Amino acid sequence: MARTLYDKLWDSHLVHVEADGTALLYIDRHLVHEVTSPQAFEGLKRAGRKPWRMSSVVATADHNTPTTGWERGIEGIEDPTSRIQVETLDANMREHPAKAYFPFLDARQGIVHVIGPENGATLPGMTVVCGDSHTSTHGAFACLAHGIGTSEVEHVLATQCLVTRKMKNMRVRVDGELGRGVTAKDVVLAIIGRIGTAGGSGHAVEFAGSVLRSLSMEGRMTICNMAIEAGARAGMVAVDETTIQYLKGRAFAPSGPEWDRAVAGWKVLVSDADAEFDREVKLDGRSIAPQVTWGTSPEMVVTVEESVPDPDREKDPIKREGMERALAYMGLKPRTPIEEIKLDKVFIGSCTNSRIEDLRLAASVVRGKKVAPGVRLALVVPGSGLVKAQAEKEGLDRVFRDSGFEWREPGCSMCLAMNADRLEPGERCAATSNRNFEGRQGAGGRTHLVSPAMAAAAAIAGHFVDVRGWR
Amino acid sequence: MEKFTVLNALVAPLDRANVDTDAIIPKQFLKSIKRTGYGPNLFDAWRFLDPGVPGADPASRRPNPDFVLNQARYRGAQILLARKNFGCGSSREHAPWALQEYGFRCVVAPSFGDIFYDNCFKNGLLPVVLAEPEVDGLFYDCALPGFRLIVDLAAQTVSTNDGAKSFRFAVDATRRYSLLNGLDEIGLTLRHADKIRAFEARRREQLPWLFR
Ligand code: SF4
Repeated sequence: MARTLYDKLWDSHLVHVEADGTALLYIDRHLVHEVTSPQAFEGLKRAGRKPWRMSSVVATADHNTPTTGWERGIEGIEDPTSRIQVETLDANMREHPAKAYFPFLDARQGIVHVIGPENGATLPGMTVVCGDSHTSTHGAFACLAHGIGTSEVEHVLATQCLVTRKMKNMRVRVDGELGRGVTAKDVVLAIIGRIGTAGGSGHAVEFAGSVLRSLSMEGRMTICNMAIEAGARAGMVAVDETTIQYLKGRAFAPSGPEWDRAVAGWKVLVSDADAEFDREVKLDGRSIAPQVTWGTSPEMVVTVEESVPDPDREKDPIKREGMERALAYMGLKPRTPIEEIKLDKVFIGSCTNSRIEDLRLAASVVRGKKVAPGVRLALVVPGSGLVKAQAEKEGLDRVFRDSGFEWREPGCSMCLAMNADRLEPGERCAATSNRNFEGRQGAGGRTHLVSPAMAAAAAIAGHFVDVRGWR
Repeated sequence: MEKFTVLNALVAPLDRANVDTDAIIPKQFLKSIKRTGYGPNLFDAWRFLDPGVPGADPASRRPNPDFVLNQARYRGAQILLARKNFGCGSSREHAPWALQEYGFRCVVAPSFGDIFYDNCFKNGLLPVVLAEPEVDGLFYDCALPGFRLIVDLAAQTVSTNDGAKSFRFAVDATRRYSLLNGLDEIGLTLRHADKIRAFEARRREQLPWLFR
């Protein structure tokens, strides 16, 4: 029978199935970070259990770590509770050495979803889990990758398996081609705008079509990263030459004769031509314009050419109330043109858009220009130490600094504001991250999700502008 | 894990769609390395008028009188009635921990975020999916002071006290069994340790580079 990519990944990891469909799925790669793992290691210890296979674990500290003051070492983490979390991970990694651990201050430290792929620790055909919902990112490599809770982290540590059920198959096809200045981020925001934040619930989503095929691995990761914002635990893209070329020579990728064997196995990681999906959604790449969210959920999104919507025109009373609440929180009036919205801060970073390609794109927009006087802080936070080093080699740090951006150390930073980087109440931010929830970037902070090009242009203009016509 | 069998409890309505786990427990409270201590900060940004700072004395906080859980009539509620896509967003298990520590044992909604839904079962918190019109009706009923529901996991029903309404809900047999008996999932899985080992050995032979 014809199978989807998801069917193939599922079948090849099935250890056991109960009569009601509950399955034990074998886990190849377990990514670990400091916020969702301490209770799991503690639980193991209390039950007198040992981790099953630490060679599956790649760990890093990213959520709490500061993006300045690294010269002060661990003392640079001023919040004592954050420091305890980072030190707890250090201690757990000493007790149970992992395949790789990139601790705070390490040259290869970074956001967990950036370091996995860049080190070749994420390979096609793997099952990948992490106590973090954006684990869907790794699906760009034709992996079955999804976020899990802390009890599941403990369960995977103890058994190398996840107790789960098969999801339904969904395919999102984006065909045609993208216009100049339109990026992967705009594609995924347009998809979420179409299907809603619960549109993919209960489904594993394969992203396909000529637009996906034309994207780099960085772009594909941006799209899979936000599958969870469309409600789907897992997003994925089939293997092609782009996937294989990206992985060649990465630190943990196979090499020599093993490389050839691996590649032969990866090539079947595509949906069969006649495979059936439970649901299919199609978008035309040519019709996608740069996107800007206006509310407190990623589905509250319009194009940069549009205006803030008017709740009075919404018939569904629950939706209308939600819109009114969002506009009140965001401090926006209905029908305000998006290009008239002024920004206080700009954040370029996060596991959605902090890879080298994102930084190159943003730098190309700001080169030779200055951040607008009204913008209090414009921040670039590379996704990892390796991204930072590469960007510095290319002189991108200089481009950003000369324009008035701050160039920081890697980490999650102002994506979720667990460290010192945050919005103050009422501040408005153009962010390349993935969540515009109330308080996400700091209590009372107002987040507009955009692409790196749009964020960079907004920093220079002081308000949103359409990058397509911008020079 | 705490067992869940039958719950007869007061219902509190939270009339918003897409309540995300950032709202259920804001990130500044995730810095703990324990499983407990999250209840006092459940829905912190909505429940309180002053900014939520970790470690602040709960007695010094200023409750938001407009927030539903601060109304005296819902004190002691153990069932939360919610709208669609409850618990979307971040995978933080601190969300069910906070709900449970606050006193909830059950959340009834038309749909849930997938990861949140799974996390609930690991903690003895029962997520119940009912059809949208059924949930709508319950929101209406909730206007009645002292409105209670009876959630029976064995029978898979949610009923009103007077028996006027009774809805069936679906739940996987395995999850239901674990929750009814308060079983430890890791222990259950390790009964299949031989199968896991055999699977692993085959995989190691085919794809040795995955195991280094
Ligand atoms: S960058 Fe943001 S979304 Fe990504 S892992 Fe860090 S906190 Fe989560």
